Amino acid sequence: MMPPYYVAPEQLMQDKAEYAKKGIAKGRSIIAMEYVGGVLLIADNPAASLCKISEIYDRIAFCGAGKYSEFESLRKAGIRHADLKGYMYSREDVSGRSLARAYSETLGGIFSQEMKPLEVEILVVEVGTASKANEIYRITFDGGIIDERGVAAVGGPSDAILRFFSEREWAQDAPLDTAIALCCDAFTRANAQDVTVDALEIAVLERDQTGRSFRRITNAARNGMDK
Amino acid sequence: MRLDLHEYAGTSFSEYVRQCRPEVLPQFGASASFPESVRYLERAVPTGTTILALKYEGGVVMGGDRRATEGSQIASNRIEKVYAADAHSAIAIAGTAGPCIELAKLFRTELEHYEKLEGAELSYEGKANKLAQMVREQFPMVFQGLMVVPIFAGYDLRLGQGRICQYDITGGRYEEIDFCAVGSGGKDAQNTMKEHYRRSLAETEAINLVLSALFSAAEEDSGTGGPDPIRGIYPTMKLVREEGIVDIGEERLAAMCLELLEAKKRRHRAV
Repeated sequence: MMPPYYVAPEQLMQDKAEYAKKGIAKGRSIIAMEYVGGVLLIADNPAASLCKISEIYDRIAFCGAGKYSEFESLRKAGIRHADLKGYMYSREDVSGRSLARAYSETLGGIFSQEMKPLEVEILVVEVGTASKANEIYRITFDGGIIDERGVAAVGGPSDAILRFFSEREWAQDAPLDTAIALCCDAFTRANAQDVTVDALEIAVLERDQTGRSFRRITNAARNGMDK
Repeated sequence: MRLDLHEYAGTSFSEYVRQCRPEVLPQFGASASFPESVRYLERAVPTGTTILALKYEGGVVMGGDRRATEGSQIASNRIEKVYAADAHSAIAIAGTAGPCIELAKLFRTELEHYEKLEGAELSYEGKANKLAQMVREQFPMVFQGLMVVPIFAGYDLRLGQGRICQYDITGGRYEEIDFCAVGSGGKDAQNTMKEHYRRSLAETEAINLVLSALFSAAEEDSGTGGPDPIRGIYPTMKLVREEGIVDIGEERLAAMCLELLEAKKRRHRAV
């Protein structure tokens, strides 16, 4: 009988990580950025109907970059988790932090136990209230969880986008149209080609809203904003 | 907690909970019932009655009184019977208070869950049929003396008009053209509306008519609570409109109630 091939665990993990990173880098990026009225979520996504940004709960949103089928099943599981928790306990007990931890455990478990890691990187964003700061969590393919401040980017050339933001002074309390224009510039630079506002998927979590604070900004509303 | 990515593939929250987390849902009607226990339950659990809905020019007004009874006792003076279900629909409930409130909460979660998963609101028809299914699932508990009879009102965005649906305990769904009332005081409320209703009422007229209907129900039926100016308890009401669900503020309703009472007093003296 042939003995099974021995592969060093370090090698195995490195191969999986490389595989996942390659998959994620192939796609396009998503930015979450704080602005004066809450958090702006903006994806370089010309497909109008296939969304990468989604509402999870009253003050929580989800952004997924990478393989569509994989972040879609993560998104749905997140909505089920949040709705069940809100139904069993109360709406105010559903928190972005607990959801981010659940995602981290899920992705981490799949990365270490299964043959194929998920080729996704996700953001869980919770908009704050008057007395509570916004929370932006970035969760990587291996279950790593990073608490971001101000701006976060996932998928595609996300490093180039973060470089764009670190190279300049920008205000975390900018008005919405300024924030959108800035993100548009960041996509243009990172992709090395013109990205227009029409080709972006845009949504916001609004701080002052009671109840469900997630709102999509449609193309029609954007045209009104330019004027 | 690790999420199970493939535990359920559908879009219905109630079905998901029933399949994967059945302990979370109430198990009414799961055990055998005896006549004496049914009689006992009827007297021992709060029951809410008299809800109504009426179309007006902007959509639908939906209202309910605030009383819940246990047999001949008053169980609560401040129960809420009208709930917003989503941005374009509301549900009012009559029957055994516990399961009724649970149904309203589950229905609201159901609509929101679908909307988030699919990225689009259900159509008016879709929502009304879903509610019929959920009422039908509660049917076994009727044999234990527990009833759930809702009214559903929504703004149909496709047709551009408000619509009303009434249900029976078996989940039968009946579309109403102008108005409807349900519960022990429903008949009296229905009669008042029949007397004074016309199409395209203005908002204030419609609210006034709903209030008078609830007044006459309270006068004839011990299960329906009238306005209580001493404690400041008045019926609750919601408007279902294209722009969304609007709660009619307590102050506005109180003022309109007092005005109606004054008018009644004047009429009574003149007789």
